Amino acid sequence: MPRLFDQWRQHSPHYNESHDAWGESVRRFVSREVTPHIDQWEQDGELPRSLHQKAAETGILGMGFPEAYGGISEGLDTFHGIMFSMEMAEAASGGLLAGLMVHSVALKPVIALGSEELKARIAPAVLSGDKIMALAVTEPSGGSDVANLKTRAERVGDHYVVNGSKTFITSGMRADYYTVAVRTGGTGAEGVSLLLIEKDAPGFSRTKLDKMGWHCSDTATLHFDNVRVPVENLIGAEGQAFRGMMKNFNGERLGIATTCCGFAMVALEEALAWAQERTTFGKKLVQHQVVRQKLAEMTREIYASLAWVERCAAAIDAGHENPAEIALLKVQATRMLEYVARESCQILGGAGFMRGVKSERIFRETRPQCIGGGTEEIMLDLAAKQLGYLG
Amino acid sequence: MKVLVAVKRVVDYNVKVRVKADGSGVDIANVKMSMNPFDEIAVEEAVRLKEAGKASEIIVVSMGVKQCEETLRTALAMGADRAILVETETELQPLAVAKLLKEIAAKEAPQLMILGKQAIDDDANQTGQMVAALLGWGQGTFASKVDLAAETVNVTREIDGGLETVKLALPAVVTTDLRLNEPRYVKLPNIMAAKKKPLEKVSPADLGVDVTPRLTTLKVAEPAKRSAGIKVASAAELVAKLKNEAKVL
Repeated sequence: MPRLFDQWRQHSPHYNESHDAWGESVRRFVSREVTPHIDQWEQDGELPRSLHQKAAETGILGMGFPEAYGGISEGLDTFHGIMFSMEMAEAASGGLLAGLMVHSVALKPVIALGSEELKARIAPAVLSGDKIMALAVTEPSGGSDVANLKTRAERVGDHYVVNGSKTFITSGMRADYYTVAVRTGGTGAEGVSLLLIEKDAPGFSRTKLDKMGWHCSDTATLHFDNVRVPVENLIGAEGQAFRGMMKNFNGERLGIATTCCGFAMVALEEALAWAQERTTFGKKLVQHQVVRQKLAEMTREIYASLAWVERCAAAIDAGHENPAEIALLKVQATRMLEYVARESCQILGGAGFMRGVKSERIFRETRPQCIGGGTEEIMLDLAAKQLGYLG
Repeated sequence: MKVLVAVKRVVDYNVKVRVKADGSGVDIANVKMSMNPFDEIAVEEAVRLKEAGKASEIIVVSMGVKQCEETLRTALAMGADRAILVETETELQPLAVAKLLKEIAAKEAPQLMILGKQAIDDDANQTGQMVAALLGWGQGTFASKVDLAAETVNVTREIDGGLETVKLALPAVVTTDLRLNEPRYVKLPNIMAAKKKPLEKVSPADLGVDVTPRLTTLKVAEPAKRSAGIKVASAAELVAKLKNEAKVL
């Protein structure tokens, strides 16, 4: 519950009572269903399925998906998503968001391109939290270079036969359904398609990966050894993988930027509370000019990123989505988080290195924000090209 | 059975309020406002009565500035059926609110009126009692349990000595205490659906009530800062200090 965000929203033209009400609901969801258990889930190495079901009941999983499949989209705008990200940040767990929400990128291509039959079979079960869905694109041989991925799917009669592997796959151990990018055709992006692969398919296996952070989110390498997939599981037409995944990029990047603002606010508030409480050299930390300078600088950085988040969100809602601006924002917000998390841990001193402190986890989990959804380098390159800098 | 619930828009319980420099009140210009937590318990109780098939319609009422509409929408999202806003810029004191509620009760003829026991801004704890008196209805205040039957309601109240249960003939007024229930978190589809539920606006004049404040606030000041305590070396010293300095023994 970043209070700073409550303050920030006062008199803002972007938020109405439905945003406030939704923020309040998510705040309660976090305080009742997440905060009491998150440390246990971090130890367990995964989220319980019951959490997905509870999140579904609240409307969290269905956000932005069509009503026909159990989603909720009528009347929603990008700022409902911002409220969600800012309030979920209170749990200070990147793994929570990754493990709970990965369906938002895994299911979207199915909704955008999939056959009616495929949508009706998959979407309601995912949006009710009964089934878990993952997106599998990155391979051991390459991540950002999606157009050159190697996992192959050969058409044999009414099946595809899939061979290859995927890695760093969020919810990879628990998922029931996988949206997998495979090569069905020749070289380049035009040869890549999306296949829906189910966990029980013979020849499919998964290996757990251990990580620096996001401990409550299971991550896996997936192996496909002559896995037979019915052609009905092709998402859209052959060669449409990029069309399907393009639907994800901007929303995912804006979501990451918003989450960075949320985590940064939570870290700042923790450092601020500490600075107001802890006494050194006969006065509170915050009474030392050097400490309050730090706190004000952190606030300045957060406000700048948040204002940019809102600018991009308003543009999306007005139908003027700007990929270059969103790509640059992602870089801005992730670097801001690295700075704020670092400064917060600095103010917290020894406590900032201890488990159980939010800033410790936020600091440790800055890495995937800078990599996932498009690395800094890819984002900057994309922006330079889109802004016409190549002439 | 119709149930009427009154809700107030107050400063959010998370906000640390600051007294205005001129001592005229508390600065609420830039702070988050929410539904009074006790009123939220009142809405939740009404919704549970409806879900249990004991109530047929829930009408939620708020009074004050235009923004109270947001508070009413929250109540509609929780499950109330329709809303009434008595819109006024005038500061409303408990007696004025009670008179307005009496007029609305006369019009809507609910069998049960549920209110929070008090609002967390002025902590007056008066409106429920006043409206019961004005209407001549029975009152069950500080409810920790509400057991509604066709013509009566049993209200378990939290009192100093423990729990007391009173049986009231309907119509009646109930005010809620903290332990009556834990309000639900509202589902996103219900928040969006609440926008389409009916919300009627009236003015105090429409209801024929003079809401002019009868009390004037002279000054608002922050509580005195707590000074540091001391450690005593022995029980004897403690007793001596309690006797001679604090003079409580």
